[in-house]
Amino acid sequence: MTRRYSKLTISLIAVVLGILVGCLILVITGRNPVNIFIALIRSLTGFSVNNPARGINIMYPLNWLLSSVPIILTGLSVAFAYRTGMFNIGGEGQFIAGSLACATVALLVDLPPVIHPIACILAGGIAGALWAFLPGFLKAFRNINEVVICVMMNYIALYFNDWFVRSFLPIDKLTLARTVAFPETVSLGDLSFGTASQFNYGVIFAILGVIIFWFIMEKTTFGYSLRATGFNSEGSRYAGMKNRRNTVLSMMIAGAFTGVAGAIVIIGSYGYGRIFTAFDNYGFDGISVALVGGSSAGGVLAAGLLFGLMNASETQFQILGIPSEVSDNIQAAIVFFVAIQYGIKIVLDLIGKHRMNKKVKEEVA
Amino acid sequence: MAYAIEMLHITKDFPGIRANDDITLQVEENTVHALLGENGAGKSTLMSILFGLYQPTSGTIKVNGNEVHITDPNVANDLGIGMVHQHFKLVECFTVTENIILGKEPRTKLGTVDMKAARAKVVELSERYGLQVDPDAKISDITVGMQQRVEILKMLYRDANILIFDEPTAVLTPQEIAELMDIIRNLIKEGKTILLITHKLKEIKAVAQKCTVLRKGKSVGTIDVETTSEEKMAEMMVGHFVSFMVDRQDATPGDVYLDIEHLNVKGAKGVLAVKDFSLKVRQGEIVGLAGIDGNGQTELAYALTGMTKIESGTVKFMGDDVTHESIMSHYRHDMCHVPEDRHKHGLILDFKLKENYIVHSYTDEPFAKNGVIQMKAVDEYAERLSQEYDVRSGEGKETITRSMSGGNQQKAIIAREFDRNSKIMIVVQPTRGLDVGAIELVRKKIVEQRDKGAAVLLISLELDEIMNLSDRIAVIHNGELTGLVMNKGISENDIGLMMSGGLSKFDEEAKV
Repeated sequence: MTRRYSKLTISLIAVVLGILVGCLILVITGRNPVNIFIALIRSLTGFSVNNPARGINIMYPLNWLLSSVPIILTGLSVAFAYRTGMFNIGGEGQFIAGSLACATVALLVDLPPVIHPIACILAGGIAGALWAFLPGFLKAFRNINEVVICVMMNYIALYFNDWFVRSFLPIDKLTLARTVAFPETVSLGDLSFGTASQFNYGVIFAILGVIIFWFIMEKTTFGYSLRATGFNSEGSRYAGMKNRRNTVLSMMIAGAFTGVAGAIVIIGSYGYGRIFTAFDNYGFDGISVALVGGSSAGGVLAAGLLFGLMNASETQFQILGIPSEVSDNIQAAIVFFVAIQYGIKIVLDLIGKHRMNKKVKEEVA
Repeated sequence: MAYAIEMLHITKDFPGIRANDDITLQVEENTVHALLGENGAGKSTLMSILFGLYQPTSGTIKVNGNEVHITDPNVANDLGIGMVHQHFKLVECFTVTENIILGKEPRTKLGTVDMKAARAKVVELSERYGLQVDPDAKISDITVGMQQRVEILKMLYRDANILIFDEPTAVLTPQEIAELMDIIRNLIKEGKTILLITHKLKEIKAVAQKCTVLRKGKSVGTIDVETTSEEKMAEMMVGHFVSFMVDRQDATPGDVYLDIEHLNVKGAKGVLAVKDFSLKVRQGEIVGLAGIDGNGQTELAYALTGMTKIESGTVKFMGDDVTHESIMSHYRHDMCHVPEDRHKHGLILDFKLKENYIVHSYTDEPFAKNGVIQMKAVDEYAERLSQEYDVRSGEGKETITRSMSGGNQQKAIIAREFDRNSKIMIVVQPTRGLDVGAIELVRKKIVEQRDKGAAVLLISLELDEIMNLSDRIAVIHNGELTGLVMNKGISENDIGLMMSGGLSKFDEEAKV
């Protein structure tokens, strides 16, 4: 029997291998692979290996966290649907829907500070949930593949947003490519500790998201029935569970996570309503995060921080002469190695066997 | 005589459990050698080692006198060892022919799969060994019995000389069992060697020459089948004397609890699988529904439990019409359902055992409060159920259900369903794949439920079970009720005839 390895072991091995692939690319192209680690250390701690005298610049770790927040949320989104047996590839659409609802509430509704951003984020979550309703509904009641519908919904969101913003929201006269700035009441606060980072209280929603995900999935009867549906939908049907309702609700909750991410990004990092010309890829990054995180709350948190680190390091990469695409290469390689985890298990088995044989031989000798 | 297989001093450890402890098994060439043991005795593990699915912790294996290392099933195949698994390993959406040739496809000159040659070979094999299959049918559309024949053909297609049968008769009708016995004798005539894993002593008596008995992972001994009585074998297997007949008083039936009238149900292919079927089951009685696999029992059970749409007719639970109600509503009307397919329906295999115990009751007190699962209550409940129904597993209630043996999975379902003390019990194939000890336990529990006042509809392919437990016997053939008789003085032969449609018999006394 093949031994069981924890998801953590597999993911850690995948991460190490992924970084090694990055190094390999640099070696092949004649660059110094050590720079990858220098860049990662800088982003992680703010400490500059090349110039220790500068001390620690806290802006870098703050930017790391900032870029982790949305993909933790979109990761939770994909993981939530996945645990119920669905693939939520509609993150881009839900993200845009969340941004749009957020911008609408920000620009067209008057509310006091603190209440206003919370209302914006709630609107984003609700919009994301509604955007995910259709794929969930069609899957549940018409057995139409959610992937196809999700992808179509992504494009509908992209162009719907364009039309809606231009038609109903006040456009910035200077650029004509975005709305006017949000009123000052819409702010997620400043957690930059005096640095140039845009880090803000949006992080609270990511932490809340992880806790809510964990609580629903692992502790509630609702989560229990979702997991049952995800593992064996025929079995949960036999048990009398409401599979169809679960499918729709699960997609909507997944959509809500992503919608919240859309709202946080637009408030914290832009401060105005956007006209999207292309997808931001937060939704797609969520797929990688959920996969590497094993679709558990803690795993998604860790994987979100990891991919956030990779994204945040891109500038450092460029400063050190590494093309920023290497960051994408590493991320892709990590996903690849997680995807071929059976291969990793086989290799681990072989190593284990080899060691055992060696041990037996030594004992015999 | 030479040995085809020798497994010498095999030990296999799993985390928390020693599945095989110094077991030696020697199978003579061209004989049927039975491997007998309770669930969890280590039979399946031992055979999985022989087939290369597991590696032994220690011990050696010899095939035809040569020591071999069977590192994976391909090695076993190359050595001419083939296995029919207890749970079939077939691709549902492939045809019979595609399944048989999978992994060893004949090729045309262009390198594509030569389906014509493949089909011809399958037809030829199926005729030679009397294994009737429809080479073009999809696996998902054929009966369990035919799926098994496909599994056997798979081995024959690969020229296997040593055939391992893992609980082959668990899913077969009496006639099919008789056929399988003939098939096995035929295979021996053709020079094959057969290892038969079973806990059905009759079958061992019928075809095997030698029998090795395992108990709790250890070998109790190898005996000569001809000179050993069934009782003796059962005692060796269980460790104490067992009775096959469940003590059962005559029923004292009360009101009609389950009332089926003029039921019509469509099957997977869109044609009527249950036709104008009427039957009443009263409180405090067991009605056994006998029939050959694939004659509408599955669809009937689905219809009665709300799992499939009913075309016409009515189903009433204690007077309430539940014909078009949801599955959940059926359970609320105090029904329990032991499903035919334990993997597809009965269990969430990736759940822990304790999670599987509460699939119907996870929203009820004490397992849930305000929508939050109360793990402590679930733990206590799981401990009690496992204890009461003797469900064994490596890591107790925390075991992932998938890793449990088939018999213990079935016992877990029985425990969960029976413990609800429902008034209406739809029990399908309750002892499928169980050993004699567990069969005794389950059968006693069924009678116990009847005596507590439940109306039990027992749908089983095992005539023994029907004859042993039922107060009245109903027979289904081709979706229609072909007989309804009191279980008194009726011969097994008559029931068999009704099952095959050759006789129709309705006792005046059996009418309700």
